[in-house]
Amino acid sequence: MKSIFLILLSILTFSHLKAQDCLLDQQPKQDLVQDYANIISDEDETFLRQKLIAFNDTTSTQIMVVTVTDLCGYDKADFTYTLGEKWGVGQKGKNNGIVIMVKPKEIDGRGDAFIAPGYGLEGVVPDAIAKRIVENEMIPYFKSKEYYFGIHQAVNVLMSLTSGEFTADQYAKPDFSKFIIPILFIILIFGIVFISTAKKAKDYSIGHNIPFWTAFMLMNNSGRSHGGSFGNFGSGSGSFGGGGFGGFGGGSFGGGGAGGSW
Amino acid sequence: MKKSWIILGVVGLLILFMVFSIMGSYNNMVTKDEAVTGAWSQVENVYQRRSDLIPNLVNTVKGYAAHERETLEGVVNARAKATSTTIDPSKLNAESIKQFAAAQDGLSSALSKLMVVVERYPDLKANQNFLELQAQLEGTENRITVERQKFNETAKDYNTYVRKFPRNIYAGMFGFEKKDYFEATSGAEVAPTVEF
Repeated sequence: MKSIFLILLSILTFSHLKAQDCLLDQQPKQDLVQDYANIISDEDETFLRQKLIAFNDTTSTQIMVVTVTDLCGYDKADFTYTLGEKWGVGQKGKNNGIVIMVKPKEIDGRGDAFIAPGYGLEGVVPDAIAKRIVENEMIPYFKSKEYYFGIHQAVNVLMSLTSGEFTADQYAKPDFSKFIIPILFIILIFGIVFISTAKKAKDYSIGHNIPFWTAFMLMNNSGRSHGGSFGNFGSGSGSFGGGGFGGFGGGSFGGGGAGGSW
Repeated sequence: MKKSWIILGVVGLLILFMVFSIMGSYNNMVTKDEAVTGAWSQVENVYQRRSDLIPNLVNTVKGYAAHERETLEGVVNARAKATSTTIDPSKLNAESIKQFAAAQDGLSSALSKLMVVVERYPDLKANQNFLELQAQLEGTENRITVERQKFNETAKDYNTYVRKFPRNIYAGMFGFEKKDYFEATSGAEVAPTVEF
């Protein structure tokens, strides 16, 4: 009885693991370097991550490097752009994400690499260029197992291609139209407070024989318990800078890009 | 006297509510309808992209494999047929989508024949221009898959919206019909075999 239970449990956990195995079914991990195949050393990984985060901060273009051990039965192209689309690499509206996928040869005797640019970058990274990067910058190094070097080369080329395309300022600029309604609301509240205080002050000044404005000031001072509650305006949406990655922006992928095998 | 006023008021409110609900639904239907049209034009766009690549591809292949005339002509003819079949996005229906798909599938099969033929020419396969054209063609095929999928998703979104109660009544009133999907054509589910 106990053994049956154990078998059942192991089957359940195994099937659970199996379903979780595929990267495409998982919740997006907000990280620009994801080395599931363990082919990049920790130091290099940190360096690359900082570089990609800095690039994202200045240009808003998000380049994600992912190394995998399993394509879940997908074609390498299909896998890469589906991952980009599902996770939303790049900014929404600009669609300026790039996914670099590497599956090392050691796993099943076939190495696969693919570069998938989002919709917005298909112009600067056309398929032919993506193909050239994979064939000339990545695969020669991958053949001699210098994975990090190949990936780094590819990232450098992609950065120089895309750096002029988008700038971060139009992304970081706060959208004032969003604030109009709250501001109007605040003005309205202040208006109501003003009118009611003024009314009270008028009554008061008549009764006590002091000028209206003096009474008004007195009233305001006595009721001074607010202030500072609107102090943290505009400091929201500031998760960028300081070395952290703000997360994927919801970019979309149209199936462009190219890859190669070795 | 007073009672009739209340009833009148309630009826008036109900009518107002109805009008607003119909207005909202109608506007949403228009938005979703436009989304489907937009998605369709993206589908045509990527197919057009493939057609645009073909003259270049044919010329490159000609330089190396001039005596594969028959295959090359097959591609050129299929391309001509595919580019002449276009649909007015506002008149999308199962019939027109089928026609469009048939013409494009003719081109797909002519192209895959060509790709099998070029396997016999190692010089061509080593040609940089050809390799890049091949990459572009593969990328375009991927784009076609993606856009077809996105079209079906938007059409599904529209259909679910239009067919739910009570919007199905309004949809009938304003003539919003169910959209057809871009189905995989017969034979597409069978991967083409490569013979040597």
